[in-house]
Amino acid sequence: MNDVRQEPGTRNDEIRVDLRVIADMVDPNSRVLDVGCGDGALLYHLVHNKQVDGRGIEISRDGVNACVSRGLSVIQGDADTDLDDYPTDSFDYVILSQTLQATREPRTVLENLLRIGNRAIVSFPNFAHWRMRLSLLLHGRMPQTDVLPYEWYETPNIHFCTIKDFIILCDEMGITIERSITVGYDGRARGIGSSMFFANLIGEQGVFLLNRGAAKR
Amino acid sequence: MELTMAAPPGDTAPTRSPTESGNQSAGDGLVRLGVDVPLRLDSGVELRDFPVAYQTYGRLNADKSNAILVCHALSGDQYLTGTHPVTGRPGWWETVVGPGKVLDTDRYFVLCVNVLGGCMGTAGPKEINPETGRPWGLGFPVITIADMVRAQALLLDHLGIETLFSVVGGSMGGMQVLQWLALYPERVFSAAPIATAAYHSAQNIAFHETGRQAITADPDWHQGDYISHDVIPHRGLAIARMIAHITYMSESSLHQKFGRKLQDREAVTYGFDADFQVESYLRHQGSTFVDRFDANSYLYITRAMDYFDLSEPHGGLLAEAFQGVTSRICVISFTTDWLYPTPESRHIVKALNASGANVSFAEIPSDFGHDAFLLKEPEFWKVLGGFIDGAAEHRGLRG
Repeated sequence: MNDVRQEPGTRNDEIRVDLRVIADMVDPNSRVLDVGCGDGALLYHLVHNKQVDGRGIEISRDGVNACVSRGLSVIQGDADTDLDDYPTDSFDYVILSQTLQATREPRTVLENLLRIGNRAIVSFPNFAHWRMRLSLLLHGRMPQTDVLPYEWYETPNIHFCTIKDFIILCDEMGITIERSITVGYDGRARGIGSSMFFANLIGEQGVFLLNRGAAKR
Repeated sequence: MELTMAAPPGDTAPTRSPTESGNQSAGDGLVRLGVDVPLRLDSGVELRDFPVAYQTYGRLNADKSNAILVCHALSGDQYLTGTHPVTGRPGWWETVVGPGKVLDTDRYFVLCVNVLGGCMGTAGPKEINPETGRPWGLGFPVITIADMVRAQALLLDHLGIETLFSVVGGSMGGMQVLQWLALYPERVFSAAPIATAAYHSAQNIAFHETGRQAITADPDWHQGDYISHDVIPHRGLAIARMIAHITYMSESSLHQKFGRKLQDREAVTYGFDADFQVESYLRHQGSTFVDRFDANSYLYITRAMDYFDLSEPHGGLLAEAFQGVTSRICVISFTTDWLYPTPESRHIVKALNASGANVSFAEIPSDFGHDAFLLKEPEFWKVLGGFIDGAAEHRGLRG
């Protein structure tokens, strides 16, 4: 697994595997809002390789200023509080990459994503990954990994979930999962097939393409 | 203030000497507008045949797509860079405007217009009322930020510039930028309102009123007719400037710059001389301002700012003021600006978002307070530069 923080992508370069999986889900020339866009690596890639009309929201000032300095349209804001300001149906895709677990109200955020966008793309670290399970089983302490290096008392990640948890929540909310992919410890992307147990065990991250389905606006 | 008459506008930029290749290049412009059709002001008064003074830097390209309008603040003027004709000091945005700088005059045609009500050549209380042949004084109509912008739009018509590549300005300049978006969204490709607000707060009005009271309490003000008496209300205007200057700085910048340091003395003098450096500094700010600024202009322009409330015509819904805005916009605020604090910028961003505009928002960490946009603040330059470059790419302007 690559380090989470890396230099923003340039025009034709390789971006992180999970970001590439997300980018592959986005149609060219669409309207995209990236919530929690960080230093803009994904947004930059989408704007320059898929010619999207891209916007971003990022909570850290450094991230925002880096994005705007690169010509990206990004505002400083918080997924928990600032999504309410966006008009309904204003984007084709709203992306929430590696941010869901750090929100105060993940369910409300998910509702907002699918209100603002016709589709949402959500990725998150899978807390049921075998390394997490093994770490907890053997050491009896909150797991720390390369991707999630924080101590429990200082982590920004306050709402961890598993791939299975997420799928159950989508079902409860009437959200349709169009595509679901896991990215494993080896950096390979795999579709979640018939074996949920297997996906939930070996997927280090889950990436989901969602639409409103029967969800109430 | 003497300005030379500009050559009639053509396909090239107004006067720029071919020998001036670098940062001194500038074109003086002075035109009379409202000659055929008067400008109808918000007050209902019609302004006819009035002068508008401006400066240009760089060259207008063949399809006139590279024009950047810089809007100046309350005490600013059209002299962005190069030597100021009155003060002999560098222009107020020397740090940002020039060859290879953030607003690159090798790439863009940068234009700055003295605002209506100003005192550097554009119609204002100091200029001659053509009907009486005497200075307007308090006979000059009260103007608004929207009036300033309408006059700028008339100038662009005159210059044959249909669309601005960008409109950029800080403080009152930022108010003009927002007003441009509200009045002429189709003429603005990109916009950067900096350290500004969509309305003037009670605190802002209060500071302005204190300044105006200082001016009008000066016996030399003579009910605004001081030119006839051959005096200027220098004490009142200097005090107004001193008060305002405090609001432009942060507590921490005042502390870092002066602390409690004494001015050219070892101990306090037990009197009311300027014992402290900060006192001496403010007195200097006040007295130099009087040399370059007209007291009545100060009354008119602060009034225009007080009247500014972009959402007022829309029942308080700011997003309505931005309907139809498709421009790329970058709102910028500074952490220690307490005159136009970051929440004011967030308010603008929220409204622009709700109207579906393409908006960026960056808060720049700075110790300088409101004046940060005028000072050495590299992160601000980087953000504004990145925004302008990104907009230029979308505009198809070549680097």
